[in-house]
Amino acid sequence: MDLMTILQVLDSTVRLATPLLLACLAGLFSERAGIFDIGLEGKMLAAAFFSAAVASLTGSVWMGLLAGMAASLVLSGIHGLASITFRGNQLISGVAINFLAAGMTVLVAQDWFSQGGRTPSLMGGGRFEGITLPLAETLRDVPVLGPIYYELISGHSILVYVAFLTVPLSWWILFRTRFGLRLRAVGENPAAVDTAGVSVIGLRFAAVAICGVLCGIAGAYLATGLQAGFVKDMTAGRGYIALAALIFAKWRPWYALYSCLLFGLLQAVALRYQNIELGGLVIPVQFMDALPYILTVVILAGFVGKAIPPRAGGEPYVKER
Amino acid sequence: MSGLTNGGRPDQAAPVAPAIELKGISKAFGPVQANKDISIRVMPGTIHGIIGENGAGKSTLMSILYGFYKADAGEIFIHGKKTEIPDSQAAIAAGIGMVFQHFKLVENFTVLENVILGAEDGPLLRPSLAKARGVLKQLAAEYELNVDPDALIQNLSVGHQQRVEILKSLYRQADILILDEPTGVLTPAEADHLFRILDNLRREGKTIILITHKLREIMEITDTVSVMRRGEMTATVKTSETDPPHLAELMVGRKVLLRVDKKPATPGKNVLEVRNLRVVDDKGVERLKGIDLTVRAGEIVGIAGVSGNGQSELLEVLGGYADGTGEIIMNGESLDLTGKHSDGQSRRARGIAHVPEDRQREGLIMDYFAWENAAFGYHRDPRFRSGILTNNRAMIEDTERKIKKFDVRPPNPYLTAKNFSGGNQQKIVVAREIERDPDLLLVGQPTRGVDIGAIEFIHQQIVALRDEGKAILLVSVELDEILSLSDRIAVMFDGKIMGERLPDETDQKELGLLMAGIEGDPDKPLIEAVDEQLHAKEAREAKKNG
Amino acid sequence: MDRMPAWADAVLVPLISLLLAAFLSALVIIAIGENPIDAFKLMVDGALMRSSGWGYTLYYATNFIFTGLAVAVAFHARMFNIGGEGQAMIGGLGVALVCLYIPWPHWSLALLGSCLGAAIFGAAWALIPAYLQARRGSHIVITTIMFNFIAAAFLNYVLVNLLRPVGAMDPATAKFPEATHLPTFQDMFSTAASPMFRGAPANVTFFLALLACLLVWLLIWRTRLGYEIRALGHSEPAARYAGINPVRTVIIAMLISGGLAGLMSVNTTQGEAERLILNSIEGAGFIGIAVALMGRNHPLGVLLAAMLFGFLYQGGAELALWTNIPRELIVVIQALVILFTGALDNMVRIPLERIFLAFRRGNS
Repeated sequence: MDLMTILQVLDSTVRLATPLLLACLAGLFSERAGIFDIGLEGKMLAAAFFSAAVASLTGSVWMGLLAGMAASLVLSGIHGLASITFRGNQLISGVAINFLAAGMTVLVAQDWFSQGGRTPSLMGGGRFEGITLPLAETLRDVPVLGPIYYELISGHSILVYVAFLTVPLSWWILFRTRFGLRLRAVGENPAAVDTAGVSVIGLRFAAVAICGVLCGIAGAYLATGLQAGFVKDMTAGRGYIALAALIFAKWRPWYALYSCLLFGLLQAVALRYQNIELGGLVIPVQFMDALPYILTVVILAGFVGKAIPPRAGGEPYVKER
Repeated sequence: MSGLTNGGRPDQAAPVAPAIELKGISKAFGPVQANKDISIRVMPGTIHGIIGENGAGKSTLMSILYGFYKADAGEIFIHGKKTEIPDSQAAIAAGIGMVFQHFKLVENFTVLENVILGAEDGPLLRPSLAKARGVLKQLAAEYELNVDPDALIQNLSVGHQQRVEILKSLYRQADILILDEPTGVLTPAEADHLFRILDNLRREGKTIILITHKLREIMEITDTVSVMRRGEMTATVKTSETDPPHLAELMVGRKVLLRVDKKPATPGKNVLEVRNLRVVDDKGVERLKGIDLTVRAGEIVGIAGVSGNGQSELLEVLGGYADGTGEIIMNGESLDLTGKHSDGQSRRARGIAHVPEDRQREGLIMDYFAWENAAFGYHRDPRFRSGILTNNRAMIEDTERKIKKFDVRPPNPYLTAKNFSGGNQQKIVVAREIERDPDLLLVGQPTRGVDIGAIEFIHQQIVALRDEGKAILLVSVELDEILSLSDRIAVMFDGKIMGERLPDETDQKELGLLMAGIEGDPDKPLIEAVDEQLHAKEAREAKKNG
Repeated sequence: MDRMPAWADAVLVPLISLLLAAFLSALVIIAIGENPIDAFKLMVDGALMRSSGWGYTLYYATNFIFTGLAVAVAFHARMFNIGGEGQAMIGGLGVALVCLYIPWPHWSLALLGSCLGAAIFGAAWALIPAYLQARRGSHIVITTIMFNFIAAAFLNYVLVNLLRPVGAMDPATAKFPEATHLPTFQDMFSTAASPMFRGAPANVTFFLALLACLLVWLLIWRTRLGYEIRALGHSEPAARYAGINPVRTVIIAMLISGGLAGLMSVNTTQGEAERLILNSIEGAGFIGIAVALMGRNHPLGVLLAAMLFGFLYQGGAELALWTNIPRELIVVIQALVILFTGALDNMVRIPLERIFLAFRRGNS
C-alpha cells in the first residue's frame, strides 16, 4: 500500500465519519440529558430528504440545510412530546420516529418529484462543494506533508469542518458552561436540578432540540455533501452506527470523535476492498460491516471497559418528595 | 403546661414578624388527608422542631413549603409577607433552603459543581466556580462547614454530603433552612457536628425547621416544638417547658395496647434449628453475624429489634432468596443455603411458608387477580395443574374458599390485588401461606399498614396455627405485637441475637435495652439507650461504607 | 385503584390510537393530493374483495402474527425485543439448511423440519442478547438492534460465499427441492370450476400462525411458565420471593420470542420464495412491534392487529399500483400506530381516565 492509497482511504474515512460524528454528538446531547434516542436514524433521514428537496427546488444548498434541520427538529419535537411531556417509552418513541421518517420521506419525495422516492440530482449551488484550503495547491508537491494536507485535510465540504469543530464545541458547552452543567445534571439526577429551581422539562427539551439540529446537519451532509441528492433509505443504518459509536465513546465528545473515525475507517475499508487478506486469513467484507456492532456488543457486555450510561437515562422524571 | 395548640398566638406578642407562618394548610392525596388545617409560626433566629411518627404528614407539610406540592387550602407568610410558592424556584427566591432526607446531589459532580447548580452567576462556569470557592471557604470558617470543594460527591461520606446540601442552601442565601430527618443517616460524631453547625446558624440569625422523630434531638437543640399526628398539628410548645414523656404521648396519642387471647404454648420437637447463620450482602457488608435460633412445634418465637438489624436478611435467607453460610436444619434435615436448591420453591417444598415483610413488593403481584395471587409461590403445586397446563378452575375455587374463610372483602377472586385494601391484601397473603399447612411459618411485619379489625383477625389466625402445633417465627418492629403474640422473644441487634426472654418475665424496658445492644444498666432511660444504639449502629455502617 | 375498566384499557385505548393514526394518515393522503376515501375503497377492493387479495392479506398477516407474538411474549417478561428482524433472518437460514440438505419425502414432514430449524436458529440468535441482559445487565434493546445488523452481515456472507449456487449472481440459495414446497391457498381451496386465491402467496403456514396464537395464549395464561414470565415482568422482587429464577425466566422468554420470530421465515422462505433470499424479512420484524403494541400483547389482539396490517400491506400495494400513493404510506401508518399506542399512550389514556372518573362521580 502506498501513501496515496492510504491517503485516499483516510480521506474517505473522514467523509464517512462526518455524518456518524454529527449524529453521535446529537445523541450525546440527548442522552446526557437523560433522553435515550434511537431515532437518530430517522431524524437524519428526514433531514437528508428535506435538505436535498429544498436545495433542488431553490437551488440553494443553504436553504436545504435549514430545511433539513427544521425537519429533524420536528421529529425531535415529537420525541420530546412523547418522552418528556407524556412520559412515554423513549425507545418505542424512537422506533416510531424512524419509521415515520422512512415512510414520509418516500411519500413526499414521490409527491414532489415523482422519481420513485428520490430527489433530482443536485448540481452547482444545490450541493456543498469541497473547499480548497489556503496554500493547498502550492504545498501539494511538498513530500509527504503536501499530499496529506492536500488530499486529507483540504478539499472537504464545509460541513465536514463543522462536524469536526463541533467536537471541541460540544466539549466546551458540556463542561465549561452553565447550560452544560445543568444538562449533565439532568441526565444524572433530575431531582437535583428540580430542587435547585431549574426546569427539568425545559432542559430536556433544549437537549432534544440540539440533538435535532445536529441530526439535521448530519442528514443534510449525507444528501448534499457526501452524495448529490436523496435516495430512499439513504442513511442505511448510520443512525444506529452513531448510537453504537456513542456507547463506544462512553458518552464523551472526544471519545465520540475517535470512535466515529474508527467506524468511518471500517466503512471506508469495506467500501474499497471486498475482502482483506491478513497473512492467509481472509476477512470478508461483511465482517467489516458488522464490526462496529460486534465491538459495541462487546463493550455493552462489560468484558472490556464497562460503558455506564447517564444514570437517569431512559426514565421519565416524576416529581417526588 | 402552657402548650400552644393549633395556630395559637405565643404568650408574649412578638415585635418581629415570624419568619414563617402557615395558616390553615390542608392537603389531600385522593382519600388520604395528609395535612389537615395546619397552622404554625416560626420566629426568626430559632430552631423549631417538628416531631411525629412516620406518615404523620411532616414531610408533606415541608414539601408544600418548598413548592413541591400545592396545598389544597391555606396561606403561607414569609417574614410577614403573604407568599405564593408554586415551585422550588419561588421557595429559593423567598429564602427557603431544604435539606432532603434523600440528598438531591449529582453523584459524579464535584462539590463546587453541585453547589452552583442552578445558582450560577453567568453563562460560563469558570467565574461561578471561582466565586463559589471563595464563598465556601468563608462559610466553612463561619459555620464549621468544611468540605473539599473539588471532591466528587460519590467519594464523600454521608455526613459531608449533607454539609454540601446545607452549603447549597446557604450559597443561595437562604435564611430559612428546613432539615428533614437529618440525623437518620449520620454517625453520632457527625450528628454532634451537625448540631454545632445548626447552633452556629441560629446564632447568625438563620431560622431552622428540624423534622425528626427522635425525641432526644428535639430536647437537645430546638427552641420550640410542634407535634404532628395523622396529618394534624396536635400541639406547639416551648421545648424548655416540656419533657420527652409528654412529647411521646402527644406523638402517638393514646396507645392501643394489643392483647391477644391465647392459651399457654405446649412446645414440641424442634422444627427449625439455625446455627451460626451468616449473610453478606452485595456490598460485602455482613448483615447476619452468626445467628443461633431454634423454633419448636407449637410455639411462636418473636424477633424484636429496631428495623435494619438483620431481621429482613434472616427472613430472606430462611425464605430461600438470599444466600448464606452456616446451617439451617428443618425437621432434622439440613437445607442448602446456596445454589439450585436454595430458592423459594424448595423452601416451600420443605414445609416453610412465608408472609413477607413487604406484601406489595414481594408478597403479591399487584396486577394479578386475587385468584392468581392466592397461588403465588405455590403455582407449581400438582393440584393447580392439569397436564402441562395450569388448572385455573382449581385455583379459583381454592381462592373462593380462602376468601370465605378469611373474610376477604370484597369477596371477588377476579379483582386485581391493587384493588384491595391493605388489610385485605394481607389476608390474601396470610391465607395463602397458612392454608398450605406448613410446618414452619415465617411472618414479617404481619400488620404493617393494616387496619385494626384485620390486625386482630390476622393475630388470631397466627395463634390458631400455633395451636395446631406449627412452628412460627414472627418478625416485627412493633414491640407490642411481639409481646402479645410471642411465646418466646429473641432480640436482634446488629446481625446478632442479643438474648432471649419469656414474655411474662420481661417488659418493654428490658427489651428496649437489648434492642439497643445493651445488656444491663436498667437505670438508663430507655429513649437514650435506643438513640445511643442507633448511633452506634450508624457509626459502624458509616465506617463500613468508607 | 383502577381508574378505568379493563375493557376500556384493552379495547378503547388502542382503538382511539388507531383512529388518531388513521386520521393523520388521511391528512397525509390529502396533502399529497389524493382522496383518502377513494384510497380506502381501493385498499378494501384490492385486499378484501377478491380471493387473491385475501391471499396476499393473509400471507402478510402470517408474518406479522409470528413477529407480533415474538414481541408480545418478550414484553410479558418486560423485555423489549427489537431484534425480531435479525432473529427472523437467521431463522430463514435454518429453514434453508433444513430444506436444502435433508431429502424430505413429503412437504408435511419438511414443514415440521423447517419449523424446528427456524425456531432453533431464531432462538439461538436471541440467546446472546438474552444472556447479556439477564446476567450482565446489557440493555436488550441496544444489543438486539446490534444483532439485527450483525445478522444482516452474517446472512449476506453466508449467501454470497457459501450457499449461492455456482454461477448465480444474486445472493440467494438454490431453489428448494420440489418435495419441500408448501401447498398454497390456491392449491388447497381452488377447484377446476372456481379458481381461488390465484397467484397469491398465502399458504399452509397461515394455519401454523393461528396455531401459534393459540399456543402462545396457552403458554402465557395457562402454563406455570407463562405465570412466572408475567410475574417476573410485573415485579422482580416478588418473583424472587416466589422462587422464580429471574435469569432463567428472562432467557427462556427471549428464546421463545426469538423462536417465534424465526418461525415467520417458514412463511416467506419455504412458503413463498422457495429459496432463501437476502431481504426476505422486509421489516416484518419491526411491524411486530406495532402489532404487539396494538394487540396489547394478547394473542387475540395480535391476531387482529396482524390482520389489520396484512390488509394495510396488501391495500398499500394496490394503492401503489393504481395511484400516486407509494407503498411507504403503510410505513407511515405503522409509525403512527407505534407512536400512539406505544409512546404517546398517556396522551390517549390520561384524558380517557378523566372522562371515566368524571362519569363515575356523576353516577355516584
